[in-house]
This record gives sequence, C-alpha cells and structure tokens, in this order.
Amino acid sequence: MSSREEPTLTIFQRGAPGRRAFAAPVLDVPPAPDDALPADLRRATPAALPEVSEPELVRHYVNLSKRNFDLDSGFYPLGSCTMKHNPRLHERVAALPGHARLHPLQDPARAQGALELMWNLQQALGEVAGLPHVSLQPSAGSHGELAGVLLTRAYHEDRGEQRTKVLTPDTAHGTNPATVTMAGYEVVKVGTNADGGVDLDDLRAQADEQVACLMLTNPSTLGLFDANIAEIAEIVHGVGATLYYDGANLNAIMGITRPGDMGFDIVHFNLHKSFTQPHGGGGPGSGPIAVSERIEPYLMRPQVVRREDGGFDLDHERPKSIGRLRGFQGNYGCFVRAYAYIRSLGAEGLKDASETAVLNANYLLALLKREGVAEYLPVAYDRLCMHEFVLSGAPMKRELGIRTLDLAKRLLDHGVHPPTVYFPLLVEEALLIEPTETETRETLEQFAETIAELLREAAEDPELARNAPTSTPVRRLDEAAAAKRPVIRQELAAAG
Amino acid sequence: MTTYTSATDADRRAMLDAIGVPSVEELFADVPQALRLDRPLALPAGMAEQEVYEHLRGLAARNVSAEDEVSFLGAGMYDHYVPAVIDMLMGRSEFLTPYTPYQPEISQGGLQVMFEYQTAISELTGLPVSNASVYEGPSAVGAAAYLAKLANGRLRVLASRGVHPYSRETLTTLARGYGQQIEEIPLREGATDLAALIAALDEDVGAVVLQQPNFLGAVEDVAALAAAAKQSGPTHPLVICACDPIPLGILKPPGECGVDIAVGEGQTLGNRLDFGGPSFGFFAATQEHLRRMPGRIAGETVDVDGRRGFVLTLQTREQHIRREKATSNICTSQALNALAGVVYLSWLGRAGLVELGELLLARTAYARERLTLLDGVEALHEQPVVREFALRLDADVARVRERLAAEGINAGYALGRDYPEHPDGLLVAITERRTRADIDRLADALGRAVAAEREVAHAGVGA
Repeated sequence: MSSREEPTLTIFQRGAPGRRAFAAPVLDVPPAPDDALPADLRRATPAALPEVSEPELVRHYVNLSKRNFDLDSGFYPLGSCTMKHNPRLHERVAALPGHARLHPLQDPARAQGALELMWNLQQALGEVAGLPHVSLQPSAGSHGELAGVLLTRAYHEDRGEQRTKVLTPDTAHGTNPATVTMAGYEVVKVGTNADGGVDLDDLRAQADEQVACLMLTNPSTLGLFDANIAEIAEIVHGVGATLYYDGANLNAIMGITRPGDMGFDIVHFNLHKSFTQPHGGGGPGSGPIAVSERIEPYLMRPQVVRREDGGFDLDHERPKSIGRLRGFQGNYGCFVRAYAYIRSLGAEGLKDASETAVLNANYLLALLKREGVAEYLPVAYDRLCMHEFVLSGAPMKRELGIRTLDLAKRLLDHGVHPPTVYFPLLVEEALLIEPTETETRETLEQFAETIAELLREAAEDPELARNAPTSTPVRRLDEAAAAKRPVIRQELAAAG
Repeated sequence: MTTYTSATDADRRAMLDAIGVPSVEELFADVPQALRLDRPLALPAGMAEQEVYEHLRGLAARNVSAEDEVSFLGAGMYDHYVPAVIDMLMGRSEFLTPYTPYQPEISQGGLQVMFEYQTAISELTGLPVSNASVYEGPSAVGAAAYLAKLANGRLRVLASRGVHPYSRETLTTLARGYGQQIEEIPLREGATDLAALIAALDEDVGAVVLQQPNFLGAVEDVAALAAAAKQSGPTHPLVICACDPIPLGILKPPGECGVDIAVGEGQTLGNRLDFGGPSFGFFAATQEHLRRMPGRIAGETVDVDGRRGFVLTLQTREQHIRREKATSNICTSQALNALAGVVYLSWLGRAGLVELGELLLARTAYARERLTLLDGVEALHEQPVVREFALRLDADVARVRERLAAEGINAGYALGRDYPEHPDGLLVAITERRTRADIDRLADALGRAVAAEREVAHAGVGA
C-alpha cells in the first residue's frame, strides 16, 4: 500500500498540502466585518478534506469506476431489481437547464412545464395502476411503503378505528416488515401455499378487525402470479383492512392487468425498476404511490392539480392529508426520466416490455430446466413464471458440494452479475433470476450455457467455485471482520 | 414508437417453442381472465427519440430556471455552481448503472466512494460515524428522531421553530407512526429561544431538534442550546441538528457543539436543483449510535489474499436481514448523489470550502447591509448570517416579488405561508453565483418595487 498507484488508496490519502482544484470567484465586495460571525461560532480548524488537483481527482475517480461492474457492461439478472437498460436520452433531457436548474420553490406560474410533466406522469402511472390518484413524493420504494401504511393509519383513524396489525406474506421483501414497524404496527406473517401463493386458510385465520392492511407483491417474490388475488382482496376488505401493492414486480404486468382492478387500494411504483431510472450504485430512486378514492383525502401535501383554465398548481390545502414525507415535491429528476420512458414506449411499448420480460424469463427458465442443470438447480415452483423465477441450490450443495454463494462468486469470473441469492427466504439456497426484457436471446442462451458449464466444472473440481472469484479486483472479503471491528472512515493520521 | 427490446418474430417463435406454449398470451395463464385489461392502456402513442427530446425540451422551456433569471431563492436548496467533473463522473456507466453493491468483489469502486463519502461527512460534521446517505434533508431529520426513539424510547420531541418547515412537517407525519409528539420551541429575535427550550425540557423529552443556520438564516448558538438540553437531567435527550453543509466550512462543527446526530440536505454539495431532487441527505452521529444507524454503511476489510477492500457492513441493522426489527426500512438511498457530494468536497478541498464560506459571508453581509439601507426594507432579525437572511418589507411581499420577476429577478422566498407571524417577511439567499453586480441590481429593483407598492397602498387608503 505504499505505492501511489495502489488503487485502494482513498482520496484522503492522495494529494499534498496546499494542492487544490477549486479557484474561488473574485471577492467583489468588501471583506465581511469582523463581527459578522462571532469567534465562538466559528470553526477553529478547517475540515480535513482532501487536497488534490483536478487531474488527480479525475484519475482517482475514473480508476475507482473501473473497479465496478455495471449494467452497460454485462448481464445483470438480479431478481426483484429489474435491471433493464437505462436509455441515455433520459440523461440528456434531465440535464436540460429548464429541468436541472429549476428551483423547487419557483412560483408555480413559472414552473408550468415541470408541473405539467408531473401531472402527465401522475395520469400515466394512475392508468398503469388502475388507481386514479397519484402522489409522486416518496423517494424510493420503501418510502412509498411507509406512505402507504401511514395512509392506511390515517384512513382507519378518520373512521374512529385503532387497528394494531399489518399482515405480510413470509415471501415479502424485507422492507415490508421494516416499514410496518416504523409505522407503529405489529407485523403478522401469512404463510405460503404449495403453489407459491398466499395460504388462504392462514389468511382467513389471521384476518380480523385488528388488521389494518395486507401488504402483497403480485407477482410475488417467487415470480408467480397469485391467481387467488380476487379472493384475497375479498377477505382483506371483508375485515375493513386495506390491500397494499408492493410495486417491485410491476414490470411483469404493465398493460396486462392492473393492481387497482385486482382490488388493491394503494400501490407504490419503483421508477428505478420498471421505469428505467438508473440505480446509481444504490440510488437515487423514486417511489410514487397510486391510491383509490377512499384513500385519496389523506394523500401527502402538496399535490399537483390542474386548474380550470388548464394551468397547473401545487395544492397545499389538504385538510385530511398525512402531511409531508420529505422536502419539496419529490425526486423530479427521476420523474423526467420515467416520463420520457413512458412517452417513448407508449401503451403498446409498455405492454411489449412486460410481455417480453415474461417471455425472456420463461425462455431462460426453459433453458435452465435442461439436463445438466435441473438436477442441481431445480426450479422451486415448477410452472410458468412471470418476469422472474426462483431456483434452489440445495441439490447442488448436496451433490456437488458448492453453495449458491459459490456459484454466484464463480459467475463473477465470467462477467455476469449473479442473481439475487438467499432470497426469498422460503427457498433453500435460493437464486432469484430476473433477466428483464432488454436482454437479447443470445445473452440468455449464453447465461444458461455458463451455468451448465460451471456445474460441470464443479462436478470435476468444486474448489474452483469455492475459491471464486479470482479475476476480480479483490477476492472474497472478510465481512465478519468488517462488522466485528468496524472501520467506516479513513483514519487521517495515515494520510500521506 | 421506441423500443428497448430485441426479440424478433423469429426469436419469439423459437423461444415460445422452447417454453412449449403457443403464444405469449399463454404465458399469462395465471392471470384470471376477469382481471385482464381488455383494452390498451389509455396513454399517448410512443414516439421516436427525437420527438421525445423535443417534447421534453418544450416542457423545460416553460420553466423559469436559475439559468433564466437572477435568483435569490434558497430556503433549503441553493443555486451553487456544480463543477464539470461531476457531470462527467456521474455520467459514467460504472457509477450510473449498477445496483446497490451486493457483490463487493465487483463493486469496489462504489464501496470505496461510500467509504470516502463517510469520511468527508465525518470531517465536516466532527462526528465519528456517518452512513452512506439517506434520501434528503427533511426525511433525514425524521430518521434522526426515529433513532432517538430507538435509543431512549421517550416520546416528546422538541423542535425549534427555526427548523425548516418541511422538516417539521415531515417529523409530524412520521411521528404519527413512531408515536412521538412534536412540540415547537419558539424563536426570539430570529434565533431559538433558549429560555423556552429550558422550560420545555423534562424527563419525557427524547430529542431536541435544531437547525444550523436556521430557516431564517440565523446562525444559532448550537453549543449553548445543546448544553441546556444536556443539563436538563441525568438522562438527557439526544440533540439533533440539521446542518447546511457549505456554511459548516466556517461554522463550529456540530460534533464540537454537543450534537449527537447531525443530518442535512446534501444538494448544495455538487448536486443540481432538479426542482427538488434527487439530492441526498447526510446522517452522522456519535460512536454510541453506530448500531442504531439507518441505511447503508461501507466498511474497510481485507480479502482472502490480505488486500484492502470494502464491503457493506453492520447489515444486521438492515431491513433485508433484520426485517421487522431493522433500525430503518431504507433500501435504495442516494449513492450517485453522495458520489457527487464527495467529489465536490474533494474538488473544493480543505482550503476551498473555507474560502467559499468566507466569500458567502462577505457577499451576504454586503447584501444585507445594502438592502436594509433601502426605504421600507429592514432586517427581520439581527442575528449573524452566512448565506441567507430575512427581511421585513413595508409593502405587499407577493406584489413586490411579482414586480421583480417582471425584471428577471427572483427576489427570494416569501415567508408568510410558513410563518404567518411574518406576513411581510422575505428570505434572500446568496450563493457564489450571485455577484456584487447581481446584488446591486436586486437592491435597485427592490427599492423601486417597495416604493411603488407603498405608493399604491397609500393611494388605496386615500381613495
């Protein structure tokens, strides 16, 4: 680590005292009077930020970028994350100064283009969801979930009811139970039946007047559409609870069926999944919600509204609103991208995207059900899937002595991002695979071939997988040590 | 219509054959017929790329951005200059398009950026523990209050009236779930009323929430307020401070003021205005709260060959492991915006952040002096300010703002809606992009507008 070329030196370990990139604009006013800022409010020593030149800065971060795998470089079948292509048009239009340099508190009369865009996006998302009222405010899926459960709380309280429980299936994303706790409810799990759907008997047994809501993903995290959804809705509504749709898997059903038509009251969208907002290595996201008439009065403030004269405005006067969940109007930059996507594809294109996502998933599943793979990685629920499917690595572990984790790490040596692993929790040694609609047939075939090859390899020499990866910038990392003695910032004594 | 799919008719036939179904529709057999949408979605037809571009450009043209006027609008987001290197780095596929780094071996770039970002935030705030970002400013305040509840279980939260109205409203919204009660501590001469804070403190108070500088631009004596909170009893509340990161270059860091949790809006650190987002929120705390932190945290470790590397760490706090017992439900946060943040702080550098702070201090002092010399314009408070200050106009604020807008000047934020006690209040923000000439132009136009409105008002009274 002594070499200046060492890639893991942080920006804080580069540079030299006095070196800089920034040149301050000229001081064109008198210096501030001494009493402008009393000494006891002042910082005594400057924050120990890096001291680097611009070329040094650029080289550091460009070199760091090369230590990332990304969607533009290769296949990324990460289940439940919908890693579809990110069109570059979206980056171009989002960067137009009229969008990018628009202040969030600009007078609505001088932000008509932005409000019209938001209004149009609300209309489009409402149509896709089959629910008429949309708030774009939440910052991500889990933020949308929190909005949904708080809306549920407001709805029940407005009716004079204090409910205490929220139901989630045992296959749910971890965000669902975490959200329920943050919204002050108790989590109650509902079981899964042999077909991978909600266990109706268990649901009936759990559903009572204390239940505020059932949070459901359909298709589920097993990649299966729950055909009993109408009955589920009836049971949930029968006890006066709301039905919440986790939109993480919306990419399977756009233009084919709608959560609102299935009986859902509240839906969140992940604009960073189905609607192409780039994931950015962990955000930004955007999690708009759509709701039914009975939930509408409680929607967040402010709402974009269309005035009678055709102009647009922000409505801050919503007496029953739950209030705000964040500042301003939400992640507008993400709205621009999602809106550009919807206008590019139109109704026909969105439906084609979902159909092709499901076609690609089923084709890949068919390829993986062939001899040489299926005996080691059987599909968890052997039926047609939606946009993703789950394999179990249990036989592979038993027969070949390698775990799902080992297979995932070996995929890294083949330029493929592994599927989601060890989720859903219900399936032993799970691999959740979501190819998305933007991958070619050839990519899917290559992936299936790679999996078959890695299984053949493991049969001969399981150590290769157990020691994988070997071609990556680093090999397996000691996560236990990282958690035991956390080092979460650069110690500056080591700066050079 | 644009499409990003690649299946040809021949592909589709071959794929359906392999699956063993006759048509794509058959793949949806599990969706009951009664629930199928029997019509196309009611959306406009798809368009070619260039048509979408023109449509989006047309919408952009109907906005008046900070490019189109001389803007003194702030109130939580500010028109700072974003250096070109940030556009280049944020546009790189390797940063733009990966998911959260679940596979560390192929995500070392992003993980190291998080580690560097955490270091920068720790240095800036003077607090040892930072996460890798949360959504944005006001929700970060809410997340901090939730941490306080996890830490001490107490349900009264005292928030200064100087905390951003959106942060207070977000707190109130979230508190309905957490079960906390939010109470306000009033301002006195523009700053948080120390005596009122002391009077409100008791054993049930779990957190005290401050903002630095406060919404009216005043630099608070955070150390004195925090000391009062901590003297309130043996088990004192946590002190949470929402900080504007740029003034922190010259202001005493929260970690040296007795603050337990420092949060804030990160937009000013290299992120665009974007009509309010995406930006990022930062979240830093004292060591004892490490295992209660929300969100992702990157940690240093070694690989099997002993090479330095980075991983997401302390994941047993998080929703995907801990589910209903998680310290937060956050999953996707703001990694790309946080990247902009650390690149910006590195670009400014150790000396640059101070120079920028001093420049803002000088220009803001000049602007405040210049504007308060105008007839009918006075300072709303006399507290120290760094880059934003509040005025009181002896004229209708909305009409004055309209007069300036007609001259291509955005005069600032009208305080009346959020602070009914200041119907005549105007909040003026100065960034390094607003030159002396811009400030002089504002002074000239404001002077004329106030005079004209006073004349109208007097004429109205006379008639």
